Amino acid sequence: MRVNQVEVPRDENGSSILDLARADIAESSTKTRNCAACPGSGSGSMEFQSPYPDQVLENVLENVLHFLTARRDRNAASLVCKSWYRAEALTRSELFIGNCYAVSPRRATSRFTRVRSVAIKGKPRFADFDLMPINWGALFSPWVAAMAKAYPWLEKVYLKRMTVTDEDLVLLSESFPCFKELVLVCCDGFGTSGLAAVAGRCRQLRVLDLVESEVDDDDVEWLSYFPESQTHLESLVFDCLQFAVNFDALEKLVARSPSLKKLRLNGSVTTPQLYRLITQAPQLTHLGTGSFGALEAVAAGDQEPDYASAFAACKSLVCLSGFREIFPDYLPAIYPVCTSLTSLNFSYANINAEHLKSVICLCHKLQTLWVLDSICDEGLQAVAATCKDLRELRVFPENPNEDVEGPVSEVGLQAISEGCNKLQSILYFCQRMTNAAVVAMSKNCPDLVVFRLCIIGRYRPDAVTGEPMDEGFGAIVMNCKKLTRLAVSGLLTDRAFSYIGKYGKLVRTLSVAFAGDTDMGLKYVLEGCHNLQKLEIRDSPFGNEALHSGLHHYYNMRFVWMSSCKLTRHACQEVARALPHLVVEVIRSQGERNDDSVEILYMYRSLDGPRSDAPQFVTIMQ
Amino acid sequence: MENKVAFENDLNLKDTELRLGLPGREEEEQKALVSCKNNKRPLSEASEDCGTKGSKESAPPAKAKIVGWPPIRSYRKNSLQESDASGIYVKVSMDGAPYLRKIDLKVYNGYSELLKALENMFKLTIGQYNEREGYKGSEFAPTYEDKDGDWMLVGDVPWDMFMTSCKRLRIMKGSEARGLGCGV
Repeated sequence: MRVNQVEVPRDENGSSILDLARADIAESSTKTRNCAACPGSGSGSMEFQSPYPDQVLENVLENVLHFLTARRDRNAASLVCKSWYRAEALTRSELFIGNCYAVSPRRATSRFTRVRSVAIKGKPRFADFDLMPINWGALFSPWVAAMAKAYPWLEKVYLKRMTVTDEDLVLLSESFPCFKELVLVCCDGFGTSGLAAVAGRCRQLRVLDLVESEVDDDDVEWLSYFPESQTHLESLVFDCLQFAVNFDALEKLVARSPSLKKLRLNGSVTTPQLYRLITQAPQLTHLGTGSFGALEAVAAGDQEPDYASAFAACKSLVCLSGFREIFPDYLPAIYPVCTSLTSLNFSYANINAEHLKSVICLCHKLQTLWVLDSICDEGLQAVAATCKDLRELRVFPENPNEDVEGPVSEVGLQAISEGCNKLQSILYFCQRMTNAAVVAMSKNCPDLVVFRLCIIGRYRPDAVTGEPMDEGFGAIVMNCKKLTRLAVSGLLTDRAFSYIGKYGKLVRTLSVAFAGDTDMGLKYVLEGCHNLQKLEIRDSPFGNEALHSGLHHYYNMRFVWMSSCKLTRHACQEVARALPHLVVEVIRSQGERNDDSVEILYMYRSLDGPRSDAPQFVTIMQ
Repeated sequence: MENKVAFENDLNLKDTELRLGLPGREEEEQKALVSCKNNKRPLSEASEDCGTKGSKESAPPAKAKIVGWPPIRSYRKNSLQESDASGIYVKVSMDGAPYLRKIDLKVYNGYSELLKALENMFKLTIGQYNEREGYKGSEFAPTYEDKDGDWMLVGDVPWDMFMTSCKRLRIMKGSEARGLGCGV
């Protein structure tokens, strides 16, 4: 039974403005549970009910709700009634903030008081491609400050696309004595001094994962800061570090970390050094090999280390990555582990089809494969022939320029579709594609949840028929009934979008670039895709009328990004006025311009109104 | 309709060209052509505006550098650019020397450069190559193991063929060296 019927924005945790307002008032009126109030009053009451008869029920409820872990289930439970709302808030231990600006740290920490694990996402994804000016925001500082006071028992922090400073990390290391896991994905703003603080002070640390983050080299040997005694480390991931680490400290750390299961080294770790590490840690399940390259000089007195034996001793290895400067002669060293591998990341290894074949023919259990297109269609055919259990494939371009001939094409895609019927997620960069191959994939891979095709040459049509790529993407949304994420490319007309709007009922994330003809394209999507949550569009001819057509839906979305489209500031302002709980940011990345055009529109729902940390180049429309 | 498949530029007249000069020259151009052997197809530019419904009224924009396109994280772009195009690394050993070396064959333009580099590396003289008599005038002979596992004398085959078939180098000393000099 719904508590309210009007359309109001709900945050990630299912609360509406009204729920939180009621809760705020109820909380502020008394902190204890013993206030006397009108018993049994209806939905208009803002005061606490007499708690005694419900106390037992609430206790039971809390105990039961502890077992509820899925966010969606918890959101639903919190809407049943006030009692359930309170109990759920007290028992939620994992807090997920999908947009750091959708809710203030104060509001989040006030409602959920017993949180052990926090996940926060900041910048929109297009910021990864330099489309967002730097210093836009998404700062971790206000969050860590609020949590330092509110969550003394905090154990885990997961951040994606946030700016984290060394001071933030120091505060984190000082504030949470039980701290266990830090995962920073696509973050920036910190360096080795911050890492040293975490390594040195978080004595219970189990996980320290730095994934595709920009880390500054402050000349602090952070690895030396881990305590001298045995550590609790289970996962140490630093393959994104662009500078050398102290190998001696690393080796000693690995030696005194008996629980270590995941170790991903950066390119500064040489192959002989890798050898030393894995012989000390044969219990590893996930290994990032570092450079895996060739050295100038090797001592011939002792033979070159027996890499194959070292790998063979790692009987639990299921995930391999790294290969940053791969020397293909070393590939046979990994043959012993191939048969157990479920995940293989060759996306930094410019190996050819022959090299790949020698490895992949052994990988019968592979479920996840990331590669460079240097393996060519031939390599993909080999994958299709062996990896019958493949769930996720990503093919990255070695040469990401528009005017080159690409080594992979519709041939590779077709082969994969025929060989890997269990495919759920694909990211495929190529220079040429055909509708036929995409249609084939839509039919052969009915379990597809994520379909991201990037034809690097903009506006490229079907390479054989010359037609737009509308029919291919249409088939994907039509036939892949589980599809939730879609990225389109190539020459696309409004027709493609009409298909997406008509059939893409489960699509939650849509990425569009250089596509479409008229406002109708975007209208189809906004009117048809009822589950759309994340929309990112660049360089497409969608304008004010299209923007207006989504007013009914924007409160249900996490964000909308539109850059280099045909929007005017006036239209954005109208949206802001029509939807007061939507924060409408107009971002200008180059200087001042007096016209009405909008370079970047980034808008998102928020329970706490416009942010106070917006830089000068951001205008929040009101 | 204008054909969608442009003619490939691979008539390769150079291969059949008669010329004076040592074998192994012009390998730069041959390398470029060789690299096209992988399944690559020419761009089809002709078919962008086919008169189909909803075709774009404007021509595609000029191929200037577009910010953030293709959508690859700069982190990944930087990582790939740092590791250069793959070198051809082979191990080099010399009889009696304590250390192996590894060299990148792509760095050298031909046999003379390679041999000079080896001479510098191991502080010795290898001498001149002679088709009939091998490396006469020196007690050292550079040899290599090819794809089939056979040990061949360096210099027997054209340079680019050598580059693709060489698995490792060994500088032989003494009688073994002379044994290989009779041409394999």
